[in-house]
Amino acid sequence: MVDSSQIRNYLNEVSDPEIPVLSVLDLGVIQQIYLDSDQWVIELTPTYSGCPAMQQIESDILLKLNEKGINNARIKHILSPAWTTDWISKEGRKKLLLYGIAPPVDEVDKKTLFADGPRVSCPKCTSENTRMVSLFGSTACKAHYQCRECLEPFDYFKCLK
Amino acid sequence: MNEAALYEYVLRMSDDSLILGQRLGEWCGHGPILEEDIAMTNIALDLVGQAISLYDFAVLLEGKDRDHDQLAYLRYENEYKNLLLVEQPNGDFAMTMLRQFFFDAFRLPLFEFLEKSPVEQLAAIAQKSLKETRYHLKHSSEWVIRLGDGTEESHRRAQAAVDHLWRYTHELFYENQHDVELQENGLVPKLSDVQASWMITVQEVLKEATLAIPTNNWKFEGGREGRHSEHMGYILSELQYMQRAYPNMEW
Ligand SMILES: [Zn+2]
Repeated sequence: MVDSSQIRNYLNEVSDPEIPVLSVLDLGVIQQIYLDSDQWVIELTPTYSGCPAMQQIESDILLKLNEKGINNARIKHILSPAWTTDWISKEGRKKLLLYGIAPPVDEVDKKTLFADGPRVSCPKCTSENTRMVSLFGSTACKAHYQCRECLEPFDYFKCLK
Repeated sequence: MNEAALYEYVLRMSDDSLILGQRLGEWCGHGPILEEDIAMTNIALDLVGQAISLYDFAVLLEGKDRDHDQLAYLRYENEYKNLLLVEQPNGDFAMTMLRQFFFDAFRLPLFEFLEKSPVEQLAAIAQKSLKETRYHLKHSSEWVIRLGDGTEESHRRAQAAVDHLWRYTHELFYENQHDVELQENGLVPKLSDVQASWMITVQEVLKEATLAIPTNNWKFEGGREGRHSEHMGYILSELQYMQRAYPNMEW
């Protein structure tokens, strides 16, 4: 009989389809895993309401567990507390950077209007001399930046709090 | 808890999100620049995602064992309770941004208040959506400023959009007996508080954008009661096509 920590280990092998270097654990979307009568419940917090990757992630999780011989699992959505980029693991942040995506930086900014974008370092040359091209990048969770030093265009994983 | 009143309340929010999401999605492949094409469709996705969470809650409140797709795709026009504002055509980019701005400036304080609602599921959805809405409002208000305080042409278009859309903004603060009940029971915020916050944002941004707030008090209402403009039928025929043509289809 498997236990919940073993299931958690299996989930290391399930990655975010949009950012394949990140596992769902790195992403911080997995909460409690427990047995409810005879079913394993995997609690999942969505990143963005409309993120199309979430459905993919759900079926990937169930598929992976099935592969491991666990076919009595279901996903339970947890909306509150809402997911925040603070939940991306340290390891996950390193992986993002190596993959060419600037990880979220702490934005103190709570004022919505007229605030400057955060200072983001270029994942290629580490220069802080970068500019935001667009608040919305290739997916809702990313903004599009460009480095002024090495000219590299890159994605920045936006801070969500 | 007054479930019928709450059902209506949640349904309106879902319909607002769904229809505006559908409208924004029309920009896919037609944005003025690639970045904006992507931004508008990302915001559309957020809105449709919020609509799913809200419809899921509405279904529970209704207790008729329907699912979110049935609410989204299989109701008739007069059963949709969205604002007239969100069904207005995209027009030019200025029209789309002003429509978005008026809506975002309303949704932000609404979610801020609802985050503290004793209705747990509604509070959870608000908490989640609030974070996204902050980015939406930042995006739309920056464009309003850039267009309004931009070239002569962009200013003219932005002001025309303000003048045209202003008549639809009054409906943001529509309330009926059900709303009053919910407000008195402390389940949802007082709309006057949301309105005060909306007005501050609108004044601040339009001033920065050198755009004038219309002085007329011309109002168009009806969406909240299921009376829609001509545009709504066209939106629904596109939105519902697949479900009507292939009942119960999924993908
Ligand atoms: Zn660089």
